[in-house]
Amino acid sequence: MIPNSTAAGSLDLLRTMLTIRKAEERLAGDFKAGLLPGPVHLYIGQEAVATGVCAQLDDCDWITSTHRGHGHFLAKGGDPKAMFAEIYGRSTGICGGFGGSMHVADVSKGILGANGIVGGGVALAAGAALAAQLDGEGHVGVCFFGDGAAAQGVLGEALNIAALWKLPLILVCENNGFSEFSPSSSVIAGDIFRRAEPYGIQSVRIDGNDIEAVAEAAGAAVERARNGGGCTLIEALTYRIHGHVEGENAFLKTRYREDEEVDSWRLKDPISRYGRLLEERGDIAVGKLSELEESIGKMINDAADAVADDPYPDSASLDRHELGAS
Amino acid sequence: MTRKRLIHAINDALVEEMERDERVILIGEDVGASIFGDTRGLLARFGPDRVRDMPISEALMSGMAVGASAAGYRVVCHLMYANFIYTAFDAIANQAARLRLMTNGQIRLPVVFMAAGGGGRSNAGQHSDYPHMPVASLGGVYVATPSCSADAKGLLKTAIRTDDPVFFLQPTSRGGEMGDIPDGEHIVPLVSAKVLRSGDDVTIVAVGAMVRVASRAAEALAEDGISVEIVDPRTSYPLDQDTIIGSVRKTGRLVIVDEARSAGSIANQVAALVAEKAFSSLKAPIVPVTTRDLAIAYAPPLEKAMIPDADRVVDAVRMTLREIAP
Repeated sequence: MIPNSTAAGSLDLLRTMLTIRKAEERLAGDFKAGLLPGPVHLYIGQEAVATGVCAQLDDCDWITSTHRGHGHFLAKGGDPKAMFAEIYGRSTGICGGFGGSMHVADVSKGILGANGIVGGGVALAAGAALAAQLDGEGHVGVCFFGDGAAAQGVLGEALNIAALWKLPLILVCENNGFSEFSPSSSVIAGDIFRRAEPYGIQSVRIDGNDIEAVAEAAGAAVERARNGGGCTLIEALTYRIHGHVEGENAFLKTRYREDEEVDSWRLKDPISRYGRLLEERGDIAVGKLSELEESIGKMINDAADAVADDPYPDSASLDRHELGAS
Repeated sequence: MTRKRLIHAINDALVEEMERDERVILIGEDVGASIFGDTRGLLARFGPDRVRDMPISEALMSGMAVGASAAGYRVVCHLMYANFIYTAFDAIANQAARLRLMTNGQIRLPVVFMAAGGGGRSNAGQHSDYPHMPVASLGGVYVATPSCSADAKGLLKTAIRTDDPVFFLQPTSRGGEMGDIPDGEHIVPLVSAKVLRSGDDVTIVAVGAMVRVASRAAEALAEDGISVEIVDPRTSYPLDQDTIIGSVRKTGRLVIVDEARSAGSIANQVAALVAEKAFSSLKAPIVPVTTRDLAIAYAPPLEKAMIPDADRVVDAVRMTLREIAP
């Protein structure tokens, strides 16, 4: 029995994945239209990972995220409106327009923030897991990171301490195949999930586009961590349908992947795959998926529209973050 | 007043703050063994939950300090030698110094990074830097530079109670020096310079271990009837500008003594400040006395030749006095 295996739970997972997808599609359009002041890194194709993992967490559990962090933010309960406002750089944003796409955070939801430094969240999550361990209330720290971050030394450092101290830490590697603009096969040696083995840390490689596999692996890892069993490394194999960053074709002179490869992964789309499965099982009526797509798409567009013209932050608001200002 | 070594003053501050607030924790390299003596006895007194020996993993340690402080603890992170801050720098520069603004104040980080810096012990090129200004350059981290027992205790206690990151840089070569510490609760606010010798002819701004060097120079100069005022900023960032400017307005002459290298010395900041705000008070060019732009050399005569000493400070003061007022 996996968590969220009830029909209602399944529908929630589907809804969350669709919320992320629709938000990212909206942002892709906004970027094309020149409405975003800065870069955005979209999560399209990877939605099952954030959704399946965060469904096992509550607001008192901590997550750290990546530059590709909108999906984690939304899956962990972040408000879409506040996220759009942030990415539009508005004062009503979740971070008041100070952080933007790469730094969306909502501490009240346990979201310590997306992070513009590849691997930057690893040690932070380990520290949050230490805090959770000291609190002694069964909370956990979860670090989402990419295959690119598997090349950062701090991952080995974190595995070492997590094993020594049995930290309630779940390291979730979203292996989307690329380290920024390089296929990871050219820059990452070995199997990422096996990096945990010499430390005696449990690890598993799963199909990251299979939300039930993600939920099951994450559920087991979270339960182990909550019960003093320590750290788990989950490697979720997935694929980044969009580029590293929107608009990258404007500055890249060469291709780093083939269209056929992208198309082959579109066929493994985690959302339509799960929708079909639920229909086959009779958990949702036939046609429900497209109905949901439409209603969630509308909800997302309404959320984005509602804040698109909110005021930019006043430049005087910079003062409040100087050292010494309270 | 009680006379204590500087290193014991630091130990007292840690004990008092850990007694005062059970959410203060200490992590770091060899905090149990305590090669400097500043953390001696804490492990036995407060136990292995709150006092944790870390592996030699600075990137992880500094990042965990950030993560645990974001998750509700007051973290003291002992990096041992100050040069190791370069290895720890991502979490300090990209995370600790940035999260407050990027999250619009959702995350405040009560974290102290402490380390011993400076030369004088033939610790050679990778254990002798005094890197206060690289941290000052970040803009989001207080830099405390105690020069004596009383300030070491008072500044560290304040640092631990501060809701923003502090780099506490103790002088490696001065740990054994005795100094008077006021009895009872002794607090030194950040951003408060100290005039430790009053004079009329020349102001010397000196930092950390250089305060003693400046004092010896001032005593020698006093025998020749030259009256020197010594200002110890005590916090390299942010600077207590008013005290420095007030002194220069009185004396009209300024020598700045810092054992950081010339290329990254506080002399540059202080000279710029005085040029901007007290230019018309100056009767002579400002003279910096700093360390040459080289790695600190090992052999005692070489090291001695690099780091400012009282003779160089005396020469600098005499140089400012040879200049004729316009």
